[in-house]
Amino acid sequence: MDLLRFITAGSVDDGKSTLIGRLLYDSKNILIDQLEALEKSTKNRTDGSVDLALLTDGLRAEREQGITIDVAYRYFTTPKRKFIIADAPGHVQYTRNMITGASNANLIIILVDARQGVVEQTRRHSIIASLLKIPHVVVAINKMDLVEYSNDVYNNIVIDYAGVAKQLGLNDVTYIPISALNGDNIVDRSAAIDWYTGKPLLELLEEVEIDNDINLTDARFQVQLVIRPQTDDLHDYRGYAGKVISGIYKKGDKVTVLPTGIETTISKLEVGGEEVDVVFAPQSAVVQLADDIDISRGDAIAKIDNQPQVSNELEVLLCWLDDKPLVPGNKYYLQHNSRLVRAVVKQIDYKLDVNSLQQQPIEGNVKLNEVVKATIKTASPIVYDSFQKLNVNGNAILIDETSNATVAAVLIQ
Amino acid sequence: MSNYHLNYLEELEAESIYIFREVAAQFERPALLFSGGKDSITLVHLAKKAFAPGKIPFPLVHIDTGHNFPEALAFRDQLANEVKATLTVRKVVDTIKQRSLTEPKGKFPSRNWLQTYTLLDTIEEFKFDCCIGGARRDEEKARAKERIFSVRDEFGQWNPKLQRPELWTIYNGRIHKGENVRVFPISNWTELDIWNYIRKENIGLPSIYFSHEREVIEHEGQLVAMSEYVQPGAEDVITTKKVRYRTVGDMTCTAAVESTASTLDEVINEIISTKISERGETRIDDRVTEAAMEDRKKNGYF
Repeated sequence: MDLLRFITAGSVDDGKSTLIGRLLYDSKNILIDQLEALEKSTKNRTDGSVDLALLTDGLRAEREQGITIDVAYRYFTTPKRKFIIADAPGHVQYTRNMITGASNANLIIILVDARQGVVEQTRRHSIIASLLKIPHVVVAINKMDLVEYSNDVYNNIVIDYAGVAKQLGLNDVTYIPISALNGDNIVDRSAAIDWYTGKPLLELLEEVEIDNDINLTDARFQVQLVIRPQTDDLHDYRGYAGKVISGIYKKGDKVTVLPTGIETTISKLEVGGEEVDVVFAPQSAVVQLADDIDISRGDAIAKIDNQPQVSNELEVLLCWLDDKPLVPGNKYYLQHNSRLVRAVVKQIDYKLDVNSLQQQPIEGNVKLNEVVKATIKTASPIVYDSFQKLNVNGNAILIDETSNATVAAVLIQ
Repeated sequence: MSNYHLNYLEELEAESIYIFREVAAQFERPALLFSGGKDSITLVHLAKKAFAPGKIPFPLVHIDTGHNFPEALAFRDQLANEVKATLTVRKVVDTIKQRSLTEPKGKFPSRNWLQTYTLLDTIEEFKFDCCIGGARRDEEKARAKERIFSVRDEFGQWNPKLQRPELWTIYNGRIHKGENVRVFPISNWTELDIWNYIRKENIGLPSIYFSHEREVIEHEGQLVAMSEYVQPGAEDVITTKKVRYRTVGDMTCTAAVESTASTLDEVINEIISTKISERGETRIDDRVTEAAMEDRKKNGYF
């Protein structure tokens, strides 16, 4: 059994939370007491139905306002897969929360209200999916019950969205007509939508191929900490603990330590204290090297014939996530996996309109939820790949050194 | 499918180990909050793997309400000894004395809420900048919203509206003096994941997780163990039943489940077929208001 992480996105009333509630409910992942609590909180509703959205809106303010403010994580399992859902808010004000949820997703479900069609938010969410390189996109055309399950309405939305997908380079897009409220095409095929011949949503989620989402070609490893027990029996033990970001490492591999560029050989590999011959992404491992080299947290180990880039000047796309604006020339910390360095945003070239993808000139400071192309200079070199080539080694964050807040998502170009 | 493929438990394990190592590298004085329950026992197992062949580089800290199951306490001491970790115990009853707090009253006097005082005092005493906890997002709605690295202010308070974006697998643990971070390495595990992992890794548990005979009273449909801390009323009938625990908290606020499951396989089968959630079935204190957990977290709770 494997693990699929997905995110749901849509405009404020597109029915995201209802969809998740429906998935949990129809796949029998909601238990009696949770349902009772739900019924208790919906008792005051006039139509007497249970509001499935209340299953996911966990904060008092969310229940009071009837909207989702922050990402809620939900878990369910079918005999085929374990699922982690990031239920992200749709409102533009909470784009940063959506980016949080989207950054780890294999798949995104973009909800479209059948009555509204492709709207500005649909485009914005799709652009985020494309920027963050989410491998699989499902366009769920919801509220089909409110357009009399019309095939024409559905077809027109599919044609519209196909244009968006093409422009954004979204490759794996699947369309499903659903009604989250009534459960059409969620777990079971809908009788009311007999013209739809594809899979219902849950089946699609269970069967989408995710093995290829992990890059096993370009081997990247970053050191989180050095393990040196310094006990009598392990006196000379020196192991580099970290995550295999991508690719495969074998005992005996010739490797280069970066950014120093020193070459050596892998002498031993361990996972969880057990010696192994091979480690691969996304395992947490300990690597031992044949030579004594000065290596510390944030250094990278790559194979000598397949190396990442090393630079202290980065061309990046920045998604600004803080209420305080980005002030060019300000100093920040840049964190690239475990590597933390001081950085300065040297130059901002243009702003990317997240509704049209057009490049626009910068007017004033860069504000919350804006995406800009910039140049960052770091105090010491970063070992990276472009986000486009190898997203897991091409992402970073900026941290405000005075507030310690995470202020930007960084996509290295 | 290639040979280079992790199943869901291996993937969750890799993620948790990664988080543990980030904690050890980013913080000066981290601590693992250890309750004696299966989730914190799993945490210790993961920490052991994360730093092998070295020792776990932080102490285990137990905030002891004084209402614990003796089996859980014995297990705690044995485990700490086994992994050669420092065990620090701070007692709620001492905080009650020192701070002249009011002891809770009633039939099931729960010190659960008072733990926050002891926890914050302990953080202050040892200047812990990070506390690792075994909370899971599937447990409860407010927990479902909390980040893996959850920054608390100098009063230990969680501010759900000011959470840092947590992107990819980059964890920002930078804080100001006086603040601390609560880190939850098993956020993405469910109750069943924990049980399946315990079975896969052959992790030992206190005996009360398996079927045993116990004197209980029935309270609003839940079975509460008789103990010196419980004050039964005249209407309460004490019976002996075969029970096991699904969670292990205080004797006053953790309910037992009637069960004959005496092996891990049997327990897992029962959990798969149960119709009630973990907290709903076993936590007496959570049923007060829908926002009970959110309110406690805002006040500095785990």
